[in-house]
Amino acid sequence: MSRAMDYTATEMMTVAAARALRNSDICFVGIGMPSAACNLARLTHAPELTLIYESGTIATRPDVLPLSIGDGELCDTALTTVSVPEMFRYWLQGGRFTVGFLGGAQIDRFANLNTTVIGTYDKPRTRLPGGGGAPEISSACGEIFIIMRQAPRSFVDKLDFVTSFGHGEGGDHRSRMGIATKGPTKLITDLAIFEPDPMSREMTVTAIHPGVTRDQIAANTGWPVCYAAKVDETAAPTGQELSVLRELHARTARAHGDAA
Amino acid sequence: MSRFLPLAEAVESTIRDGDTVAMEGFTHLIPFAAGHEVIRQRRRRLTLVRMTPDLIYDQLIGMGCADKLIFSWVGNPGVGSLHRFRDAYENGWPAPIAIEEHSHAAMANAYAAGAAALPFAVFRGYLGVDLPKVNPNIKHVVCPFTGERLAAVPAIRPDVAVIHALKADRAGNVLIEGIVGVQKEAVLAAKRSLVTVEEIVDDFGPRSANAVILPSWTVGAVACVPGGAHPSYAHGYYKRDNAYYKAWDAISRDRDAFLAWIKTNVLEQGPEAFAAHSARLNAAAE
Repeated sequence: MSRAMDYTATEMMTVAAARALRNSDICFVGIGMPSAACNLARLTHAPELTLIYESGTIATRPDVLPLSIGDGELCDTALTTVSVPEMFRYWLQGGRFTVGFLGGAQIDRFANLNTTVIGTYDKPRTRLPGGGGAPEISSACGEIFIIMRQAPRSFVDKLDFVTSFGHGEGGDHRSRMGIATKGPTKLITDLAIFEPDPMSREMTVTAIHPGVTRDQIAANTGWPVCYAAKVDETAAPTGQELSVLRELHARTARAHGDAA
Repeated sequence: MSRFLPLAEAVESTIRDGDTVAMEGFTHLIPFAAGHEVIRQRRRRLTLVRMTPDLIYDQLIGMGCADKLIFSWVGNPGVGSLHRFRDAYENGWPAPIAIEEHSHAAMANAYAAGAAALPFAVFRGYLGVDLPKVNPNIKHVVCPFTGERLAAVPAIRPDVAVIHALKADRAGNVLIEGIVGVQKEAVLAAKRSLVTVEEIVDDFGPRSANAVILPSWTVGAVACVPGGAHPSYAHGYYKRDNAYYKAWDAISRDRDAFLAWIKTNVLEQGPEAFAAHSARLNAAAE
């Protein structure tokens, strides 16, 4: 098999994230990288995948990626569109999602996420957008997939702020909080795939993308990384996965006026 | 009963200095024309409420119209930061702004509670997260039937709700279709309301029996402002101007660039400028 890098690390990450979704999933889609992965899954191995955005668009099949969670494309191609209070009350709180797909600015070893502030809350060094739907997505969806690029400043030993709860302090922390859902079960990065250790719930590397070294992973992670007993090599993106993803991005760029 | 007014009179008669104002529209139908009129009329000390403050509140905050923001996601969707908000919050320019931060679920529930004339909203939320530590308006109640501990936030009961809708009929009823967001709840929760519309029609014509309609007697001022949601969009009229959202990043990073933009595009314009924006978008799409 050729080791030639004819795809980018971001493409590998998006493809690996898309593969995590099953055809039968009902997925609450975060904007940005989660949205790209979810639509790639729908356009490749999971054509019946149900995608729902917090704008109230249910079973939407956008031809181009939305820039916001409420682009008209999402409503035009949805099975139905409900109000935002209904989305959060009946659908999310009602427990009708098998998966929530999130990104974040900071993550810790237990997959708690911060999208609120870098620094202190009252005097932040960087004020980030905040939680949006994520605090309740994290507790109400059956499980959580997370897609994030790895870097020392984003994969941190301690979060500046807990915007959404992953495995807390690890172990049985979720069940002690009275949360019955699984929480983060997959963290897909540009270097590797992490899954929670069955006992400690620490996010543990279970697969490394082709050509990536453990040294690279260590250099981009702010805690000592644990590896599963058996670590696989992620299958490289197929030609079909890459062409579908690239066509999706090209259609999106044209639709958003990037080419103008 | 609602009353038809030119936009300037609608804002003049509906929004006062110091009011709590919710300009809603979840990505779709954001009432930019009304926001610009508020800037032109130099309203001050507003408490601005919006789930996603978006460019409309970046502009109002950058012009010093507000001293408090209640929100749940404060970014430029798909692009990055709201730089005018951050400059106000982090550096106090042009004036300091206080924040009250929630999650989307909390605000959506709080609007629904406001529309239902309840004092607070109850929901299953904020589990294990830090926001309740920094926002004293996030509390908990115990279910009297099951003993479950649930999150509680105050109902949102704004002085004024401002929305943009698709159509009003001659009787002043208002129609919204597409992504309907929290606009119905915001209007029903508010003491007063201002609705801008794309057009005024004799009859709404063919529509779903479940289309969102605010009857005339639930609405205050109605102003016809074609294109009034630009650069957000109006379902069936014009698309979201995503290129404008991307361009805003550079305009809003720099105080002088922002002020120059506001002078040219807001202070020296009137509501009729919005019709030109939507017409340009539709011409480009053909």
